[in-house]
Amino acid sequence: MKQAYIHESNIISPLGFTTDENFEAVRAGKTGIQKLKLNGILDEVFISSINEDQVEALFARLSLTSASSRIEKLAIAALFPLIQDRKSLENSLLIVSATKGNVKALAENDTEASDIPTLAKNIATYFGFQKEPLIVSNACVSGLMALSIAKRYLQLGLFEDAYIVAFDEVSTFVQSGFNSFQAVSSEACRPYDQDRSGVSLGEAAVACHVSTERQSDSVRVAGDANINDANHISGPSRTGEGLFLSIQKALDEAQLRAENIDYIVGHGTATIYNDEMEAIAFNRADLSTVPLASYKGNYGHTLGASGLLECVLLVECMRRNLLLPSKGFQVLGTSQPIEVLTAERKCDIRVALKTASGFGGTNTAIILSKD
Amino acid sequence: MQKISQYIAIRDNRVLWNDNVVFEGQSSDFKDFAKELYQHLEINYPKFYKMDNLCKLAFLASEIALTNNEEEDIALLFCNKEGSLDSDLQHQKLISNIDNFYPSPALFVYTLPNISIGEVSIRHQLKSESMFLLADRYQSEYIAPYCELLINSSKANKVLCGWLKMINGDYQANFYLVEPEGILEHNIENIDQIINK
Repeated sequence: MKQAYIHESNIISPLGFTTDENFEAVRAGKTGIQKLKLNGILDEVFISSINEDQVEALFARLSLTSASSRIEKLAIAALFPLIQDRKSLENSLLIVSATKGNVKALAENDTEASDIPTLAKNIATYFGFQKEPLIVSNACVSGLMALSIAKRYLQLGLFEDAYIVAFDEVSTFVQSGFNSFQAVSSEACRPYDQDRSGVSLGEAAVACHVSTERQSDSVRVAGDANINDANHISGPSRTGEGLFLSIQKALDEAQLRAENIDYIVGHGTATIYNDEMEAIAFNRADLSTVPLASYKGNYGHTLGASGLLECVLLVECMRRNLLLPSKGFQVLGTSQPIEVLTAERKCDIRVALKTASGFGGTNTAIILSKD
Repeated sequence: MQKISQYIAIRDNRVLWNDNVVFEGQSSDFKDFAKELYQHLEINYPKFYKMDNLCKLAFLASEIALTNNEEEDIALLFCNKEGSLDSDLQHQKLISNIDNFYPSPALFVYTLPNISIGEVSIRHQLKSESMFLLADRYQSEYIAPYCELLINSSKANKVLCGWLKMINGDYQANFYLVEPEGILEHNIENIDQIINK
């Protein structure tokens, strides 16, 4: 069976415009979350959004000055450094991950501009991909699920390699929706903390290259699963069933056990119910003593980008043998014990777990291995 | 190579099961037609009435495909072009009125297309693999090998695949079930015929 290895990545976020910049910013404990006015009428909210002047300067530097939408340019800018030197994309798959894409266009009655397949095709055409892109729109696990399906298509032998790009923007559309659930934090979000009170929304565009070729600093996608809770469309399972099963199945495929896992980067949205559900699932999976972090305190919840964003940061942790802490966490706020990291730690990370969960009862778990 | 065990088309007030018309509704309006079909199937599932139209369509197609089903490990693989645009437009309309900026969460949750997978998973208690893809057309050349991989690698025992269209009352669903035994070869030619029925 062919294997899938993760290679270069790129992150465009409020914390930087390369993966290295982002890693160092998270390591320094920085956050992009700040109190902002999303529009002229509503109260200020805590969100993490990319500085407009900096993003315009980035687009100018990459000559992305055509009339396409901001989100399309962000996606192209994320992929750009990974693809610019490639001669042929003939046998490459492009996987696009987004929950809402250019949803801002709906406010201007422009349904065509909000169409995600058109957006994905524009990205594919820009770089000259020969094959049609695959588009994952599976709520907040989309970014991590994109990595899972990239691995599966490489195992099938249909492609030499895959480029994944995952993105979502902060919008009043999504902000109002999370508000209606009373799921928005009144301060910068605090994953797993006893004082957590909900999400902070954020935005990012993340790209990643995956291939069947092992290189010296490669991290392998050793196991993956995407199991539904079959329990509730908007509330996480009280037993963590889908997440627990996803972790078990991913471990089984990797032929590893819970005791092999050195570090977990969870979903950790900082809603009361999500973090509690994760704690239950991690306990059921015998993972309660494994160091755990959520990076939502640094980025907010970047929706369709979040899973890939957090996963490529985890890959950098594995390459540098550093466990990064969970920003915003002070006192454990879940009923089951979990080992949330409050300080950086040096550790030889051989195997790591990344999870994501989302509306619709969807869950994804990926086991990464440095072998 | 897996097989296609059955296929379903829902369009123009009619349900076709393996090419046979098994239900013909009276109403051309989707909401009314969906209610007629729901009653015809003699389902008692009050949650059905809370769903948005995309979920109702996926629910009804799955209901027919999974009649008398006893298998628990069925992966769900649904696709469409519009995503959740049908419900997105309603949410956008509500929040355009600033007094309504925090509308009902019961509507917002349907602004994700994969909620249709969630609804079907809950109904049939499928704690299984699932994925929602978007594309202009049904990508059988990608989806067929993916189904083969799911079953051959024991990630699922069957896969229910569905192509959905739901926008402003314009609807169509083409579903088929992939498993080791069936009536058609699971190949791209057969899949494309099923999707275009």
